[in-house]
Amino acid sequence: MPVKGMPVRRPQTPGLLSTTYLPSIFKGMWITLRHIFRPKVTMQYPEEKWTLPDNYRGLPVLVKDDDGRTKCVACFLCEYVCPPKAITIQAREITTGVEKGPRTFDINMLRCIMCGYCEEVCPEQAIFLSKTYNLVGVSREQMIFDKEKLLEMGGVRHDPIRKWGRLLDPVGAARAAAPASEAGR
Amino acid sequence: MSDMQPAPPPFRPVPPADEDALHGETMVINMGPSHPSTHGVLRLVLRIDGEVITAVQPHLGYLHRGMEKIAEGMTYNQFVPYTDRLDYLAPLSNNVAYILAVEKLFGLTVPPRARVIRVLCCEIARISAHLLWLGTGALDLGAATVFFHTFRERETLYNLIESLTGGRLTTSYTRVGGLASDLPDGWVEKLRTFTRTFPAALDELDGLLTGNRIWMKRTQGIGVIGAADAVAMSMTGPNLRGSGVAYDVRKTEPYLGYEQYDFEVPIGSTGDVFDRYLVRMEEMRQSTRILAQALEGIPEGPIAVDDPKITLPRKDRVLTSMEELIQQFMIVTEGVRGPVGEVYHAIEAPKGELGFYVKSEGDKSPYRLHIRSPSFISLQAIEKMSVGGLVSDLIAVIASLDPVMGEVDR
Repeated sequence: MPVKGMPVRRPQTPGLLSTTYLPSIFKGMWITLRHIFRPKVTMQYPEEKWTLPDNYRGLPVLVKDDDGRTKCVACFLCEYVCPPKAITIQAREITTGVEKGPRTFDINMLRCIMCGYCEEVCPEQAIFLSKTYNLVGVSREQMIFDKEKLLEMGGVRHDPIRKWGRLLDPVGAARAAAPASEAGR
Repeated sequence: MSDMQPAPPPFRPVPPADEDALHGETMVINMGPSHPSTHGVLRLVLRIDGEVITAVQPHLGYLHRGMEKIAEGMTYNQFVPYTDRLDYLAPLSNNVAYILAVEKLFGLTVPPRARVIRVLCCEIARISAHLLWLGTGALDLGAATVFFHTFRERETLYNLIESLTGGRLTTSYTRVGGLASDLPDGWVEKLRTFTRTFPAALDELDGLLTGNRIWMKRTQGIGVIGAADAVAMSMTGPNLRGSGVAYDVRKTEPYLGYEQYDFEVPIGSTGDVFDRYLVRMEEMRQSTRILAQALEGIPEGPIAVDDPKITLPRKDRVLTSMEELIQQFMIVTEGVRGPVGEVYHAIEAPKGELGFYVKSEGDKSPYRLHIRSPSFISLQAIEKMSVGGLVSDLIAVIASLDPVMGEVDR
């Protein structure tokens, strides 16, 4: 499809007065001067900080639920999807009805690109991207955040859907301990 | 010890007094890769005769990360964050360009709401990229005031991008078959306010530069490239339109419903730095028009296709239902699988025609991905534009070509 272009208008050749550069200077000064009387837009960081949107993607953290249970079940989905391969998990068997949890959960914050894919794929809502954007460390070892540090940063997040509530409340726990044929129903 | 000492230089007689002794003696110097006005890690090897440039050779690769190879080992969705880092001044545009190529391969049609939001993304990216080009370009030529005004406007757009995607620069906003998230509350109103206030701000920038005699002297007749040369070098985008060729992918091969929007394609006449400047200024106005039109009719509805083999299920269903849980695991680990075939799809990115060539063997990752990055191709013209000019004009030429090294080196 042929396109009809719109020729841009080149300004006329400047007159004799503009050879003194004075009109350009005064026009520029006038535009700049008017901004003195407009509201200031500069933010005095770090005294003043901006409000981050709710979906802001900062450092990834692990969370616990209302009962204080580490929500991660070590399904390795975040480790699998992580584009820069920043997450390393080792699983272990745990004695509650959930059966599996992380022994170690390390995120190498030097590799992490805060894309949020881990949060997006997590089937347990156990990992979230926090609003923390300050990341400081003096060695590479310090920048590998382990499970304890990630849980401390994440804290408790209230979850309306208590996925494992059936197993973790007293009735559910008794049912989980029942013979396999009954539990399989 | 004495035999280790180097031989003294041979005696050279003082050359005879000759008026032309200094003429014709050229010098080779490096400009970059860490020169403030090469906008990144571009290294230019210049051969200069006094102040006059006799040869320019760009040396690339300082930011090479092997993006195209990385894509071969990732699922289609996993590669989206990498596209943020191509032209890092317009990441939203790259996200859309990549995902449109993948969707063309899959034969997907996204819902109308997602299409309109993608148009908004592309045009916001164009305005913010052009604003940065204007600010830094003027700064290179000594007009420092413009920089602060453009960054003020750009900040508004970056705040909008941040609240839309969760990241200011690393947007990673598109997914195969749709978008990562819907528009946040109040976002449309904020963008509408921007489209109303931005033309006045742009007029101020225009007033600072367009009629300014110093600016005109620094840019007019500098870095000229004719239409035939520009086409022969397969330049695209504002660099090509500055030479007077009306080529815009949004018009020639419309995508995302661009044929429904009323906008003009600005073209220059002489192909100098000033023309490329005027074209980009007008493009920002036209993009604002497109934004205003797109905001008028954002359709309701879903933001992604409803296909359990392509899009992730809703989170509340994943937490409560076995089928969706399995679906979640399957999509993440097995990826979205496309048909066997190869496609090329290009969009009009802020720098020009940004195309992705995807070859698929039916696997979860592309067999081969090639990125046609406009900055890389525009850089070819740098020798044509700057030989015979002064070194200080080369700064204007680089600024007017607007190369982004993340895209050049990939």
